[in-house]
Amino acid sequence: MVDKTLELFDCGHRACGGCGAALAARLVTKASGTNTIVVSSTGCMEVFSTPYPETAWKVPWIHSLFENASAVASGVEAALKKQGRTEKVVIMAGDGATFDIGMICISGAFERGHDFTYICYDNEAYMNTGIQRSGATPYDASTTTSPAGKCSFGNKRPKKDMPQILAAHGAPYVATASIAYPADLMQKIEKAINTKGPCYVQVHAPCCTGWGFEGEQTIAVAKLAIETGLWVNYEMVDGKVVKAKKVVRKPVEEYLKTQKRFRHLFKPKRQDAEIAAIQATADRNAEKYAIDIKLKKE
Amino acid sequence: MMEITEGSHAVADAVRLCRPQVISAYPITPQTHIVEALAEMVANCQLDAEYITVENELSALSACIGASAAGSRTYSATTSQGLALMFEVCFNAAGMRLPIVMSIANRALGAPLSIWNDQQDSISLRDSGWLQFYAEDNQEATDLHYLAYRVAEDHSVLLPAFVCFDGFILSHTYEPIDMLSQEDIDKFLPKFTPYERLDAADPISFGMYATPDYYLEFRYEMDRALKGSKAIIQKAGKEFGQMFGRDYSAMVEGYRLEDAETAIVAVGSICGTTKDAIDEMRDEGKKVGLLKIRVFRPFPTEDVAKALAHVKRVAVLDKNISLGAKGAVALEVKDALYGSSIPVKDYIIGLGGRDVRKKDIKAIVALIEKGEGDMFYGLRREVL
Amino acid sequence: MSLAVGCRARPGKSRDNKTGSWRVFKPSFNREKCTQCGLCVTLCPEGCVHETEEGFVAPDYTYCKGCGICAEECPGEAIEMKQEEK
Repeated sequence: MVDKTLELFDCGHRACGGCGAALAARLVTKASGTNTIVVSSTGCMEVFSTPYPETAWKVPWIHSLFENASAVASGVEAALKKQGRTEKVVIMAGDGATFDIGMICISGAFERGHDFTYICYDNEAYMNTGIQRSGATPYDASTTTSPAGKCSFGNKRPKKDMPQILAAHGAPYVATASIAYPADLMQKIEKAINTKGPCYVQVHAPCCTGWGFEGEQTIAVAKLAIETGLWVNYEMVDGKVVKAKKVVRKPVEEYLKTQKRFRHLFKPKRQDAEIAAIQATADRNAEKYAIDIKLKKE
Repeated sequence: MMEITEGSHAVADAVRLCRPQVISAYPITPQTHIVEALAEMVANCQLDAEYITVENELSALSACIGASAAGSRTYSATTSQGLALMFEVCFNAAGMRLPIVMSIANRALGAPLSIWNDQQDSISLRDSGWLQFYAEDNQEATDLHYLAYRVAEDHSVLLPAFVCFDGFILSHTYEPIDMLSQEDIDKFLPKFTPYERLDAADPISFGMYATPDYYLEFRYEMDRALKGSKAIIQKAGKEFGQMFGRDYSAMVEGYRLEDAETAIVAVGSICGTTKDAIDEMRDEGKKVGLLKIRVFRPFPTEDVAKALAHVKRVAVLDKNISLGAKGAVALEVKDALYGSSIPVKDYIIGLGGRDVRKKDIKAIVALIEKGEGDMFYGLRREVL
Repeated sequence: MSLAVGCRARPGKSRDNKTGSWRVFKPSFNREKCTQCGLCVTLCPEGCVHETEEGFVAPDYTYCKGCGICAEECPGEAIEMKQEEK
């Protein structure tokens, strides 16, 4: 039984005040417990938690490179198997490391079916290097490599559907979660860790610095992402969606308005067509995952 | 026990005797036979190891990093393009001080694509912090694996090691090999005792980042460990000699060098051809000798300087070239002989698998006697 | 302290970095309004809000960065962010 009162991610780390990823690290290690080996990729979490000699990790932890956490974890898992040890292998990587540079290694590791849990803390850009666009950056978000400008509305591409890609690899358990719902997040982590095979949990971790909002709003922004349907919390077992969080949906504008990365959709001029396109994405998500709570008419 | 076996298979057998717990494998000519042989051993319960068929070479070495950090002895093999693809992982493995051993069946680097032998691949990683052993023949290729694990895992070293042997020339040729037994190797190479490992009972963070206040010191420690490995090579190599009759304590070996006027310096299988050429030249009255370099990193600077101190001229055979400068071995030899007036000439030879014959060695000796060198030997001007 | 082989460390040293010095605003916890729901304990990115012996909650001000999440999320509005006087 995992003692969930333990704090396995220590104080003194250098994350921005209000950091979603830091909260994710805390909650994940709480859910997985002391009998865990964490494999991290290069990124915000790795950098703010391990400037030599100050480590915030109270579980065994290894960081190698940016792209290879899945391959390193494959080696750790094989070694533990050979040595007859019981520690759970948990990968913690950002969206840049997961959606982009780590694709080869993730695909290989999932295809081989290693017994580990891959947790992607998704702050929707390369935050550690100063907010650059990744495959997880949503449509029209302004980043330094997809800036909004006189002839651009920001990121031109939709968010890559990483959970589906990994479900297609045969991952027995795939889930999306959010720091806005910590109990749900921890439950999913626990489920993933206790499911044999390569499992994937994508955790929405809003970034106040990168998205442009006050640190105290991190949880509120995360909730709005879900309430507008732009982020859907769901679970897939053996490739089939078994559960999705239902919401009374709010218009996407309420979410977009809160963040400077979407400010160009409202100022200097309101961009109706762009906002409509984003609304369409939310509507598609809502349909696909059946998240709309239909209020009975009085 | 004497066996006639293909170089790759002999290496695979040597690896098996080292009892690796985790092997990662990706195919690339001309090392593929090694990993295939290992796969067969695992499939037939002759080798009790976790065998990971990774999806690319950088994952191959990354898996070794994970396995080694978790406390298992680990192994992989690659060459050329594969080694180049894992460039950053090599630096990472060394910096993380993990005693991984990797076989390199030396092959030329593209472009242009070439599957044939030269030593550019491993030589190009001479800055990485890995130990580098080079085999003259398949017996050495086999034995050097035992030595490599023994030295790499020593707690005063804790650096990964390349065991290099020329692709096709050695990997695909059959030679008589004295294969040692499991009992023999268990005596020489004890069970892997990691200095530290990933362990829930004693949590450690591996691979933290270093600010400018610390980075220099970490690199200094690596350099110190690599240079210090000379003493461990000496000790372990001598012990191997005492146990099995083949002494590997020396990082360099002279052949008919004591009274030589012309010294040839070479690395790898080319040494075998050179020795035969030297015998013939000696019969003709030429005072030629060979200095074979068996360990390239750490570079045996003092040993090279001492061995060549008495000669009149040095011809370095380089199966590599640092483009825009010279062959890597020649540059090191020149550094070793700095301050002496002995002329050192560089001959870029055998690139991309071009055959090196006894007559080529003799031609090079004739060239250096005329004071000619620092050239691509055997350049076919007619195709330029 | 001698240099750790391979740039490694055992837990504990992050606590040398007293991130409380980053603060501009300081959370003030009102015991009367606190319903002891524990949400602030869960949501603090530092993990520095603890249950006290009396069963209430308090942050460890040595590390509290003053991000304000606890105040924003507290269902009982029992936490107030006040500008800190230095």
